[in-house]
Amino acid sequence: MNAHRSIVLAVTLAALLSVAAVCGASAQEADAPPRQHWSFHGPFGAYDPAQLQRGFKVYREVCSTCHSLKLLAFRNLADAGGPGFTEPQAATIASGFQVTDGPNDKGEMFQRPGKVADRFPPPFPNDQAARAALGGGLPPDMSVLAKARGYEAGFPWFIFDAFTQYQEDGPDYIHAILVGYEDPPPAGVTLPPGAQYNKYFPGHAIAMPKPLSDGQVEYTDSTPATTDQYAKDIAAFLMWTAEPKLDERKRLGFQVFVFLIVLTGLLYFTKKRVWHDVKHPSEYPKA
Amino acid sequence: MSANSIYKPQNPVMQWMERRLPIAGLVYSSFIVYPTPRNLNYWWTFGGILSFMLGAQIVTGIVLAMHYTPHVDLAFNSVESIMRDVNYGWLLRYLHANGAAFFFVAVYAHIMRGMYYGSYKDPREVLWILGVILFLLMVVTGFMGYVLPWGQMSFWAATVITNLFSAIPGVGDPIVTWLWGGYAVGNPTLNRFYSLHYLLPFVIAGVVVLHIWALHMVGQNNPTGVEPKTEKDTVAFTPYATVKDAFFIGVFCLFFAWFVFYIPNYLGHSDNYIPANPGQTPTHIVPEWYYLPFYAILRAIPSKLLGVVALLSSIILLAFLPWLDTSRVRSANYRPLYRQFLIVFFLVVVGLGYLGSQPPEGGYVIAARILTAYYFGFLLIILPLLGLFETTKPLPNSISESVLHEGSLAGASAQPPSGAKV
Repeated sequence: MNAHRSIVLAVTLAALLSVAAVCGASAQEADAPPRQHWSFHGPFGAYDPAQLQRGFKVYREVCSTCHSLKLLAFRNLADAGGPGFTEPQAATIASGFQVTDGPNDKGEMFQRPGKVADRFPPPFPNDQAARAALGGGLPPDMSVLAKARGYEAGFPWFIFDAFTQYQEDGPDYIHAILVGYEDPPPAGVTLPPGAQYNKYFPGHAIAMPKPLSDGQVEYTDSTPATTDQYAKDIAAFLMWTAEPKLDERKRLGFQVFVFLIVLTGLLYFTKKRVWHDVKHPSEYPKA
Repeated sequence: MSANSIYKPQNPVMQWMERRLPIAGLVYSSFIVYPTPRNLNYWWTFGGILSFMLGAQIVTGIVLAMHYTPHVDLAFNSVESIMRDVNYGWLLRYLHANGAAFFFVAVYAHIMRGMYYGSYKDPREVLWILGVILFLLMVVTGFMGYVLPWGQMSFWAATVITNLFSAIPGVGDPIVTWLWGGYAVGNPTLNRFYSLHYLLPFVIAGVVVLHIWALHMVGQNNPTGVEPKTEKDTVAFTPYATVKDAFFIGVFCLFFAWFVFYIPNYLGHSDNYIPANPGQTPTHIVPEWYYLPFYAILRAIPSKLLGVVALLSSIILLAFLPWLDTSRVRSANYRPLYRQFLIVFFLVVVGLGYLGSQPPEGGYVIAARILTAYYFGFLLIILPLLGLFETTKPLPNSISESVLHEGSLAGASAQPPSGAKV
């Protein structure tokens, strides 16, 4: 009967696995983004303020031409667990932007320099204006972009990802897109007008022109001014805008784990003690 | 019930109170001296875990509701403002979103326990049916909660699921319009989902009271499926069950905290961080993982109406388990064939879950049809027939005998385990 049982189980498992294998073989559209090393990965991960500042520079000089960052306020730049600007620095950055305010006493909207409480003003007044200026394409808002993008690791990899705490498919994807342009496109690929070929973009035809090239943004420290480095820095910066409380979350998480392990351990030994007489009645004389 | 189960307060204030409202006596008889089988394993701690999770969901949910705005133009950003500007808002939201998932982890473990040990059988039918009702309420509540952040998956899940009602012949379309409060999923839909998402957890809490009441009428089942006969078969709820439950709630929370603090978005879908856009359908619309087996059943059937019928009956049929299962032996430990078919059934549900997450094409659909056939075949054919033809193992005379038997087997391993032969 035992042999019978294991045969039934083995046949079922084999059937399930072969189904999974057949299904898994169906065409994967785009290449999986290569996994990068991120300072904010893992239980003790934290953002690297220098990297976030570089990423912010890339956003400001390149991405902000087309992409809004509507949920981010200038004050956030000086928040703990962020790029580590001081409050006066954040105020200076804010004053470099023109913000629409109003209506004033005359009932008119007006422009004024930004304050720390303001959110980043969008490059276009509305989606229609963006589409009109950019030939029909709409650049997505970047506030939570790093959590709104990703890719499926597929079975069985997604199981391992839960154990290794892999949560960086968003930044990996953003980095991959920024370095994934191929010009000219591979032989035999025809692209719709106005589209570029990108190895990692689903369907490969991306409307955004290649945004970064080596040396485009000046880095004041010794960090290499390469497309790959820009891509990593902007991806890290966008992870921060999407998940600004990550440092605090992981720090608190560790404290919670220490607490829970101690509590659960104490409860375990209490349980053993309480149940001892029930589990070992023979050690006591019968009543 | 033995004499020591009657609460006799010494304190004069408690005596005064007990003569007017015997609430302390109720707690005493239900949660202190309540006799619980001595041989319960850790699968029996999920009831306590579920009560804990319901409480946690209600507490985090009430605070989240103070900061959330149920409006199609504001909902997405109000959730983001909770994540950014509310003190510990990120913690509340991640606890609540992952809490829903872990609520389902616990309820699936609880249901598996019930099926494995035959906890639905006479006299526990009503207890079991109340459990199926609780599961249905959880499914509805969880679905409505998923709609509230108003991301792409929220919107399209709401569209797909409410559209299922259009399969009803004749009155389908008017019903869908009535559910939506308009001619498409929109602001009235979001508002009523929010209202119901706040209401239903309290309905759940009410049915939980009935569930526990019914449990205390008939007593707990146990791994042997043999009813307790003497006082030797049971131990008092406090401290024995309480400390065991508390320990396992701690273990469960460790598992829960791993997700909340380290991989809070692992169980979610990245598309739900894109604001809802009625003009753009996502490539694959997938529900939360805990609905995937039922979603796979829905899509396995080529006809929409029959698919909806299959989806509903896959859950409703569970309520009829006490009568579909014709065997008088409760525990699968003494039913070798049932045990195998049941383990395959659990694997099939996991397989359906995987298929529900994949696009409905090619091999996936064929596989989903095979597994769906087993799902219903198990409930409607295998279960009724097994009870008639299966040879079961001899049951122990009492719980204490089975406990002592285990002890003697472990003590005398040199002897051939004659009783272990199947």
